[in-house]
Amino acid sequence: MSLLEIEKLNLSIYGLPILRDVSLFLEAGKVLGIVGESGSGKSMTAMSVMQLLPGGSEWSGHIRLDGRSLNECSEKEMCRIRGNDIGMVFQEPMTALNPVQTIGDQVAETILIHTGTSRRDAMAIAREALNRVGLPEDRFPLDRYPHNLSGGQRQRVVIAMAIALKPRLLIADEPTTALDVTTQAQILTLLKRLVEEDDMGLVLITHDLAVVADMADEIAIMKDGEVVEQGKTVPLFRRMSHPYTKALFEASGHVPERKTHEIDAAKPPVVQVDDVIRDYALPRTSLFSAPGRFRAVDNVSLKIARGENVGLVGESGCGKSTLTRAILALDSIQGGEIRLNGDLFSSSGGGPNIKSRRQVQVVFQDPYSSFNPRHRVDRLITEPFHLLDNPPTGAERRERIVSALTDVGLRASDADKYIHEFSGGQRQRIAIARALIIEPSLIVLDEAVSALDVSIRAQILDLLADLSDRLAVSYLFISHDLSVVRAITDRVMVMKAGRIVEEGPTEDVFLNPQHAYTKELLAATPILDAALSAREAREHRNSER
Amino acid sequence: MLPFLARRIGSLALSLIAASIVIFLVIEVVPGDPASFMLGLNAAPDTVAALRDSLGLDAPAFVRYWEWITGMFRGEFGTSYTYKVPVGNLIADRVWVSLPLTIYALTLSTLIAFPVGVLAAARRNSPTDVSIMGVTQLGIAVPNFWFAMLLQLVFAGILRWFSAGGFPGWDAGFWAGMKAMTLPAVALALPQASILARVMRSSLLDTLGEDFIRTARAKGLSRRQALWRHAIRNALIPVLTIIGLQFSFLLAGAIIIERIFYFPGMGSLIFQAITQRDLIVVKSAVMLLVFAVILVTFLVDVTYAIADPRLRRARS
Repeated sequence: MSLLEIEKLNLSIYGLPILRDVSLFLEAGKVLGIVGESGSGKSMTAMSVMQLLPGGSEWSGHIRLDGRSLNECSEKEMCRIRGNDIGMVFQEPMTALNPVQTIGDQVAETILIHTGTSRRDAMAIAREALNRVGLPEDRFPLDRYPHNLSGGQRQRVVIAMAIALKPRLLIADEPTTALDVTTQAQILTLLKRLVEEDDMGLVLITHDLAVVADMADEIAIMKDGEVVEQGKTVPLFRRMSHPYTKALFEASGHVPERKTHEIDAAKPPVVQVDDVIRDYALPRTSLFSAPGRFRAVDNVSLKIARGENVGLVGESGCGKSTLTRAILALDSIQGGEIRLNGDLFSSSGGGPNIKSRRQVQVVFQDPYSSFNPRHRVDRLITEPFHLLDNPPTGAERRERIVSALTDVGLRASDADKYIHEFSGGQRQRIAIARALIIEPSLIVLDEAVSALDVSIRAQILDLLADLSDRLAVSYLFISHDLSVVRAITDRVMVMKAGRIVEEGPTEDVFLNPQHAYTKELLAATPILDAALSAREAREHRNSER
Repeated sequence: MLPFLARRIGSLALSLIAASIVIFLVIEVVPGDPASFMLGLNAAPDTVAALRDSLGLDAPAFVRYWEWITGMFRGEFGTSYTYKVPVGNLIADRVWVSLPLTIYALTLSTLIAFPVGVLAAARRNSPTDVSIMGVTQLGIAVPNFWFAMLLQLVFAGILRWFSAGGFPGWDAGFWAGMKAMTLPAVALALPQASILARVMRSSLLDTLGEDFIRTARAKGLSRRQALWRHAIRNALIPVLTIIGLQFSFLLAGAIIIERIFYFPGMGSLIFQAITQRDLIVVKSAVMLLVFAVILVTFLVDVTYAIADPRLRRARS
């Protein structure tokens, strides 16, 4: 008998089918990876097991935990099962904790509502659970509030809540997607250790094939509410019998074809950043003391040549977004200067040179929130025209709109639509069209593909590579995702604590990192092939024993 | 928490000083000088001169400002030009009516709004919720003086439980005073309670959609437990803001209700003082209201910090 048995699970929400005939099995002490793109139904499968489905849901099929059918459980019985027999960890640690309660109270609550113990004993168990997830008492006392903790630490608190009562089954829904790679590696190691120590079953939901290859004993690939392929990890990846699995695999490691860009040394660089400093004022500690300063960007210098694609990588808080804002002259700088094509754009004490602004454009991460929903696409993408001395009008304007839209793979007729009519990938194309329309020499791509599914991401990367080849536009490509940076850039810079600690041709840095921090980043980055080989070797050893 | 309180008290004092300067300047810049303004266009010159003299208008502005401020600290607010009694007594009489009435109305409105708002949010889109939303919509749309007249008609006119108006004074005993205040307090409270209940409902619904509520449910809390233990405290901030605003509004804005129930409150006093151009009363009464509003803002800020630990280290 398996720990978790899901048989022919069908789910519809307000009549709309969400899951179709999903059947999954998990043994105690094993890890089941559920992989799929957004909308594939992987989270809804988890919520069905928890019986925390949204309003209007109707489901059929069988869900059994340790032989006990959840079909027959009342809501009251489910409340006793949740947190006690099944623990759950969510994607977004920054919002998963109640901001007005201490971490001790929140972990102890799991214990208090399920067992009859006193508050004092519950606090002691909470302390133990926090110790187990790597939050020791001296640095993380029980009376800490969530806002005092980083994202990785908060995720540890959520895990402590989920495992405090040693549940039989742990469900982790994209537990590391919002975290940096080094933090991700730590959280994954922690989950693996807990599964082994407590002989739990773990359902790991993720879109990241490399993560799942490293963690999962069995994998189920989901698409449009169905399990399209499932089996043991290594054979599944080696065989890849279903075309979708294959497509997913290819998209996740996709490297767009790119020409090598000749760099014309005679021309001034597209952007030249010299010794830029960006300080933030900290809140005053008292009414009369001067406010403290935090140096987010510390003496950074960089150059990008015409047609060159440069990557900037680093973990959250390293200053890469601040540097981006400084380069775009959205913030004033406190030292150094920034030149675009040789002309002074901004300097400490000198505001942005508006004439130069048309030479640089930006694409942001979130394609859902970076457009005004009340404007049509033609108005959205022509917004940069206000930077021109003689903005095109009439037929010429229309022509520019059409050419920008076709350049990014959209149709001319899309100009009259509103933004909600487009998917995430299409919206990111519109964002690129908006950047392209005034023919800038530099486009800053701030995590521009990070929110996209792998197959969409592969298409956008192809588009970017193609545009760079055709239009000789330069990119500053900012990302926390090293594999994407490797696929699209000629040169890469690694940033840590406001400084650029290493820079060089992309392949050189990846194959032969010099700085300790770069090595750490690369080691923490999950790589599909490496994870598979390691798993294969491990299984081989085990079978010989 | 202590540095937070010290900072808030510091900014409270600064706001008061700034407000007193603004009030003083506004009264100073009325056309002509305060004396001729108060006496009107047809006043005899020697009457104006006499008033100027009694108001001490010949002294430099900063001396008069200083006199005014230090006078208030000593409890001397000057003598009302129209009532011919010390302004301090005049205001004190009215404050002892308006302040209890405000607190009474606000307590009623909070006591009604909280359970109603929570109930509506907990049973979202149910018939209960729909009826609550309908009734509160009506409560906001109907002016409070209409409620006041309706209450008078039913409870004083037909049932004869309460008197239709007038205030016997606290000398008549605490309960007699409270009884006289009940109808005006209810009339004031109903529209406020409608607003507050709707704010409570929407704030609670926002909070119930948060990720940490899902986390709480995943821990095994029932829907009701998640609501009481995790949602309510997080939903309080907007509710507290509205309560603070309602206090300021009720303290001096109850003039129509005061008129309907023949109540000697602050609203009527200020209204009369303004129509009779009694700047001495206006100046001190407005300063007192400003003080009350700033004090309430301070208290609301402190309750914010109690409700949400993240705000305790916020900038002053």
